[in-house]
Amino acid sequence: MSNTQMIEKYRTHFLREVEANVEEGEWVKMCMQCGVCSGSCPLGKHWAHPPQEIFMMIRAGKREEVLTSDSMWMCTSCYNCIVRCPRELPITHIMHGLAHYAKRLGLVPENQPTAKFAQLFWDNLMKKGRVNELKLGLSLYFMNGFAEGVKTSLARRKLGMNMVKTGRMNPMEILGGHGVKDLSGFKKAIQKAQELEDARIAKQGA
Amino acid sequence: MAADKKFAGYICTGCGIGDRLDVKQLETVATREGKMAFCKQHEMLCSAEGVQMIRDDIEKGEATHIMIAACSRRAKMEAFHFPEVAMSRANLREGVIWLRPEGEEHQETTQEMADDYVRMACAEVKFMNVPQPSGEQGLTRSILVVGGGVTGMVSALEAAKAGYQVHLVCFESELGGPWKDLYKRVPFRAADVDVPNGNNVDLPQPEDPGVAELAEQVQAQDKIRVYLNAKITKTSGAPGRFSVDISTESGSTVTENIGAIVQATDFKPYDANQLPEFAYGKTPDVVTNFELEKLAKEANGGPIKRPSDGKEVKSVAFIQCAGQRSEKEGHLPYCSGFCCTESIKQALYFKAQNPDCDATVLFDDLRTPGAAGEDFYRAGQQARVTFAKAKANEVVQNGDRLTVKFRDLILDEDTEMECDLVVLATGQVPNSGPDPYAQLAVEEAESEEEKEAARKALEVAPPSILNLDYRQGTDLPHLKHGFTDSHFICFPYETRRTGIYAAGPVRRPMDMKQAMDDAVGATLKAIQAAENAARGAAALPRVGDLSYPRFRREGCTQCKRCTVECPFGAINEDEERYPQFNESRCRRCGTCMGACPVRVISFENYSVDTVGQQLKNVDIPDEFDEKPRILVLACENDAYPALDMAAQAGEELTPWARVIPVRCLGSVSLSWITDALNSGYDGIVLMGCRRDDDYQCHFVRGSKMAAERMSKVGDTLQSLNLEPERVALYEVAITDIKRAPQLINDMAETVDKIGMSPFKF
Ligand code: SF4
Ligand code: SF4
Ligand code: SF4
Repeated sequence: MSNTQMIEKYRTHFLREVEANVEEGEWVKMCMQCGVCSGSCPLGKHWAHPPQEIFMMIRAGKREEVLTSDSMWMCTSCYNCIVRCPRELPITHIMHGLAHYAKRLGLVPENQPTAKFAQLFWDNLMKKGRVNELKLGLSLYFMNGFAEGVKTSLARRKLGMNMVKTGRMNPMEILGGHGVKDLSGFKKAIQKAQELEDARIAKQGA
Repeated sequence: MAADKKFAGYICTGCGIGDRLDVKQLETVATREGKMAFCKQHEMLCSAEGVQMIRDDIEKGEATHIMIAACSRRAKMEAFHFPEVAMSRANLREGVIWLRPEGEEHQETTQEMADDYVRMACAEVKFMNVPQPSGEQGLTRSILVVGGGVTGMVSALEAAKAGYQVHLVCFESELGGPWKDLYKRVPFRAADVDVPNGNNVDLPQPEDPGVAELAEQVQAQDKIRVYLNAKITKTSGAPGRFSVDISTESGSTVTENIGAIVQATDFKPYDANQLPEFAYGKTPDVVTNFELEKLAKEANGGPIKRPSDGKEVKSVAFIQCAGQRSEKEGHLPYCSGFCCTESIKQALYFKAQNPDCDATVLFDDLRTPGAAGEDFYRAGQQARVTFAKAKANEVVQNGDRLTVKFRDLILDEDTEMECDLVVLATGQVPNSGPDPYAQLAVEEAESEEEKEAARKALEVAPPSILNLDYRQGTDLPHLKHGFTDSHFICFPYETRRTGIYAAGPVRRPMDMKQAMDDAVGATLKAIQAAENAARGAAALPRVGDLSYPRFRREGCTQCKRCTVECPFGAINEDEERYPQFNESRCRRCGTCMGACPVRVISFENYSVDTVGQQLKNVDIPDEFDEKPRILVLACENDAYPALDMAAQAGEELTPWARVIPVRCLGSVSLSWITDALNSGYDGIVLMGCRRDDDYQCHFVRGSKMAAERMSKVGDTLQSLNLEPERVALYEVAITDIKRAPQLINDMAETVDKIGMSPFKF
């Protein structure tokens, strides 16, 4: 372990970094380690580090381990933890904030499915300003290669047909699909949001 | 005397008594067998009219000794309050009809039970007299406060405000005690109610300690006389008439008359030299929480510097429970209860005074008592103090820094951190005097070796604080870990020496705020003790009782059982080595009475006879009637109320039981047991309170003394050729509502199995 790492253990450097860069990060210090969040999370036992532990890791200065972890990507936004946390930490938001920050830093674990899906969703959305469900579904099926995509598509065939029959899905959407009325306006709005976000990060990160 | 005694019986027919029992017969029992001059009935004896009927008889001089057959003696105590006469009560409601099922088949045995209780009450009252105050002392409106810490100062101020003269003895050269070096104190109040959860809200912060102001107030109070650098060389007498020798700074001794005493000697800081694993003593940069206060005081609002080289501290680690909550040799097994909030406070010093300083608290459990507790913890978190649930193993010097090795209990790994300064959250060691039972052990030792061991143990005992001139030793008895016993379950502050109250950390570990509250409570108890003493009235639990033990000197064999067994050290020895009772030191438990092998100790209204005659007057049917009799001696504080409550709850009791309440199991005379066995009782059940270290005995050691004595009952049973199962002793709590009657019913079953006693006449 390098000397600086040693010195930073159980020190507040990383905590401050989180406060500056992660949505609702200022709350991390208020966790009292009761573990109610971890116990409340329906997926908690599948997380390498449930929320309580993530918060302790942040305070222990474990920057690498936290930011490269896939734990916060496991959050399904069920809000159970937020409802139950006696200290009222916005845990769900912090989890997404951490994921977002890790993404910005390029630290997302390779092939993390939630991260991949999020990217597909974003890319899909950005094309026409609305989500093309057919294409999103298919790209999801083919996320892990052609062969697996064909297999998954065949397995879900019946579901697809039923959706078409009941008018839940229009197969014509495969040909480009329709977009929002004012696509350029939408893009401008997104760009503005990005600028605001960048400015915020630049200011806090400083 | 006997000629002036006028016996009168009163039977209540209300509450179902008249419906369930043959009251005419009870009346006959009272007058014919119980020898009551007359016996009246009333359909609701506790009503104003019923009470007036009794009062009229008393006022007309027709009743000096009254027997009331109605509800339990624990019920309607305000109504049946006739202090000017002797009174006994036959418990027909809770004791008979509520514990027995209705129905023709039970009628005979239920009536027999009631008849017996009337016989017993008549027998009891015949041997009772009206207690008069001892007059041993008057009202002495002065309080001695021992200890000049915050506890002692608050106690002195409270007593002075109540109009009492105070003598405050401080062993050091200035007031403040272990708190005088405090830089700031843990806040006393919680956050405002409307402060929400948050990460940037208004939370309580460390505040001015207020110790100097307290000392000023004490000095300015003209009812308080402060003795600095002083000692107590002798305390003799009793509540209301203590005589205390104070050796003063100048070397002279003053003697003061004192009504009651508050011992507020606080605590001594734990000696951290016993913590080499944390490098204490190896580097000056490992300090205790007590020493940190001095560093903070020196810094005076500026950055706190580390002792080794005066460098500003940039990172500090707090190790909680250092040498505490651990069974290791030299460690304190208990939690001192103040050090968690203390560390939060000290971590906040660094956050406020040392720019960019990191503070990490390594705790196992974070315990934050007090109003501010949880909010103060949040204040620490908000200031980015790092709280890590961890077990610290070692501190090592690492160049000019320190490495703390620990196990992170959340992340479940062994790890370490570096810092400039380590603060050990060490605990409180009670500042008690030597335990008198350690002193008595030397005298009571049965072999030379035991004696030697007892002497050795005494050598390491702390010096005396009160220097009591008591038969049973110089200071207040301890409970656990050297803390002065204060009967924390039933009567906080009440020590085992009447009129001497313990306040603050000398009785259990606590923080400053708790010590201040404690001081108020103990002081009020002390004032009450002085005033009770003037009236000759007992303190808890027999509040207001005017009876006190007396002994028949001619019969006394000077065996010393009473002087040694009295749980309150009330009895001294006079020059001729006879017991010397001190009424105001006595709590009226009767343990001395139970201890006396020649039965010469008695109270006006409670004696070997008042109980002995009750059990002798029970009608014992002969063997072939197949109606066993079980004598139950039940402690009036817990077991007897438990039986009353069992009755209210509709529990059932065997019709063979005859229950007699006793002041304490400690008052049970072996002669009662022998008499009962000789007169044909088939079983005896004794019910007292829990008697170990976590005792619940209202008289502390009464139940224990009884158990020791009863261990000798085996011999009696053997000599009578009786089965040992016939006598049983139980610890019963007031909550044992089902268990208490069950234990008696069990005895009935036992008797059923082993057969009736052959000693029936
Ligand atoms: S529930 Fe809240 S306070 Fe408890 S561990 Fe989770 S985040 Fe911390
Ligand atoms: S108060 Fe805290 S540090 Fe002190 S002994 Fe108790 S748990 Fe340990
Ligand atoms: S044993 Fe009990 S009754 Fe007897 S002197 Fe002591 S306190 Fe009083």
